[in-house]
Amino acid sequence: MKRLLAFMAVSAAFLTVPAYADCGIAPGTVNILANDFQSIRTVTGTAAECATADVKITANHNKAFADLMVAALTANPAQYSVVVVANGSLSPLLSADLIRPLDDLVAKFGQQLQPSQLIKIGGKTMAIAFMANAQHFYYREDVLKQAGVAVPKTYEEVLAAAATIRDKGIMKEPLAMSFLPTWDIAEEFLNIYYGGLGGTLFEQGTANPAIDKEKAGQALNLMKEMVPFIGPDYLTYDSDVFRPKWYAGQVAMANMWGSSAALVLPGQSPSPETAKDTHLTVAPTVGGGKTPATMVWWDGFTIAKNISDADAEASFRAMLHGISPDMAAKHPEDAVWLIDGYKPTPAAMGVINSVKGGSPTYPTVPYMGLLHEALGAQIADFIQGKKSAEETLADAEKAYITAATSAGFIK
Amino acid sequence: MPHRTFFAFMLPSLSAMLIFIALPILSSAFQSLHIEHPRVLIETETCDPFAGCTTETRVDAEATRKLEEAQPAGKFNGLGTYFNSAHLAVADVAEIWRTAPNVWQALSKITDLPFYRALLFTLAYTFVVTPLSLWLGLLIALAVNMVPQRLRGAITYFTLLPMLVPTFLGALVLFWMIDARGLIGAALIALSGNPDLSLKASRTLTWVVLFVHGAWNSAPFVFIVFYAAIQTVPRDTLESAIIDGASRWQQQRFVVFPHLRPIAIFLTLVLIMDNFRVFESIVAFSATAQASSLSVLVFKDLMNGTTRLYGSAAATSMLTILCIALLMMPSMVRSWQTFKGKA
Repeated sequence: MKRLLAFMAVSAAFLTVPAYADCGIAPGTVNILANDFQSIRTVTGTAAECATADVKITANHNKAFADLMVAALTANPAQYSVVVVANGSLSPLLSADLIRPLDDLVAKFGQQLQPSQLIKIGGKTMAIAFMANAQHFYYREDVLKQAGVAVPKTYEEVLAAAATIRDKGIMKEPLAMSFLPTWDIAEEFLNIYYGGLGGTLFEQGTANPAIDKEKAGQALNLMKEMVPFIGPDYLTYDSDVFRPKWYAGQVAMANMWGSSAALVLPGQSPSPETAKDTHLTVAPTVGGGKTPATMVWWDGFTIAKNISDADAEASFRAMLHGISPDMAAKHPEDAVWLIDGYKPTPAAMGVINSVKGGSPTYPTVPYMGLLHEALGAQIADFIQGKKSAEETLADAEKAYITAATSAGFIK
Repeated sequence: MPHRTFFAFMLPSLSAMLIFIALPILSSAFQSLHIEHPRVLIETETCDPFAGCTTETRVDAEATRKLEEAQPAGKFNGLGTYFNSAHLAVADVAEIWRTAPNVWQALSKITDLPFYRALLFTLAYTFVVTPLSLWLGLLIALAVNMVPQRLRGAITYFTLLPMLVPTFLGALVLFWMIDARGLIGAALIALSGNPDLSLKASRTLTWVVLFVHGAWNSAPFVFIVFYAAIQTVPRDTLESAIIDGASRWQQQRFVVFPHLRPIAIFLTLVLIMDNFRVFESIVAFSATAQASSLSVLVFKDLMNGTTRLYGSAAATSMLTILCIALLMMPSMVRSWQTFKGKA
């Protein structure tokens, strides 16, 4: 009996070893630097199947990857051969000229890629996109039904629904938004101002700010009106902080990332009670506009410049295996894939309809991060009632100009 | 000891201090006088999966690199970074002073500027947490000293726990405990009968929580140093005090405390330097909306993901060093006078 058990344990162990696909890669070393969330782990995990005795594949998943990448790729040879970036984090690598054009590799090995996956800068393919992401609207169907309100399509309807839910005594704080300064709160502002209202950010061709005061004021006031429905701790909320409230059934509507849908939907959610009634949909519009108030992000991979051509080829081919149509077919729930043959699941509809609705891509200009940071540092003061909208925007512009001057973007 | 021998003994540690402390500070000071070269911007066509192709502004990497190779430190900016609106903000302060109706409003506006806002919290934190943890640590040390010998080991161990837990984790645990659904938060709501009470919502309460966490975190260090010092209180002095009829308070006041004074001065210096660098708890408490510190400013300049502002971070660091030097001044002067007195 003991021997039988041991035999079963050993064979089970063998069964769980990942099937090593020989991807036909010539010897080389593949080191991947990437952000840390489920969709990207699926890609790097699949890419790692290509590992053989001659092809070494390692992956470093780190939420602070963007802070590591420039230093790591400036080294020669570079510490990582692949960096998985998003549209917000591509420009530092481009500005410092640390990644290589991929056109030759695409022509040689990239038959599986769709033209839309090629991120072209100045005519050269610099990154291969594989998934889309956006913040969009999540709601609890049972709560909306109980309150007798339809699924909100505009932020004005979101506020009305929140008021109804509260007045009927169903929930005290039915809404959740990521208002944690600085990155998150600025992201929510930009969703509404840049995504929903189509406000401008910069003068074309320069780094000078050009914020539309009227539209920005409208966005700020909308955010302030949400606060009573979010609760007193609103300035500490990012989605990781308020998600437990969602699990506890204390929130009925929230703005959350598409890539974390699995965390609140049946299957992975630790709270099946709330998960069965959790639905997601396109981001609401705002102020009579037609565009969903969100910004679309892509995630893709880049290949370092300071590595040997052999390593670059091995890295490119391993990553292509990681984003193969087979992978997308095997893991349709893990992300909104931009990969050939992918059939969107219901969980992808929030992102896909935001793209279809014409939500803009998050700006990739190199000074965007500085404006994002400057806005994020000021908006909380407005929402807390310490400053007027005009003062807030003027202070944010001033902080941005100071930072952009130190960084050399403004003379 | 002859000066020569003294110098020979000091040489290894002096050279270590030179390499690991003095040189980095000099390098930061040098960096703080520079900003990045003006980037050469060009317009290129960018194509992505959603919007198709658009014209976008990018940095001309080749041209920018040539500039950087010519002058690796960046563009010389003198003291410009120190006085710009992200730091001392002289222009903004003057403007506020000129336009504000009264001093009180002017001060409240000045302390909303990023640097002064951070400085205000950092100073408040230093001046509240330092005495708080000193007294807390002293009380714990005196209490543990009363406990029977057999129990002291275990009690010392548990008292040291806050120091063993990484600051960030300790703060994160406390952050969840003060949540409305956490142990402390729920208890406070039950006690006060106010269902909307939140320790995270207002500036004052957030500051109080950060101060309490700071004291909790550094009291064990104070405790262990004081506890060790109490063991060396001369027995015979203490016994003669008892024979003279000194009360328990008088024994502490006239025998124990004078013995601990030099240690207390040392601890104060260490705590001031430590507390001035308050950082982890602000991040762990998601308190960036209500509190900011000089270290948080440096962190934001260096770790904003896309563009690092080395000059700005270096200037904030130099100003931090300056502030600490000013705070240390009284005790430095005293040491110097003692030294002169001996010579």
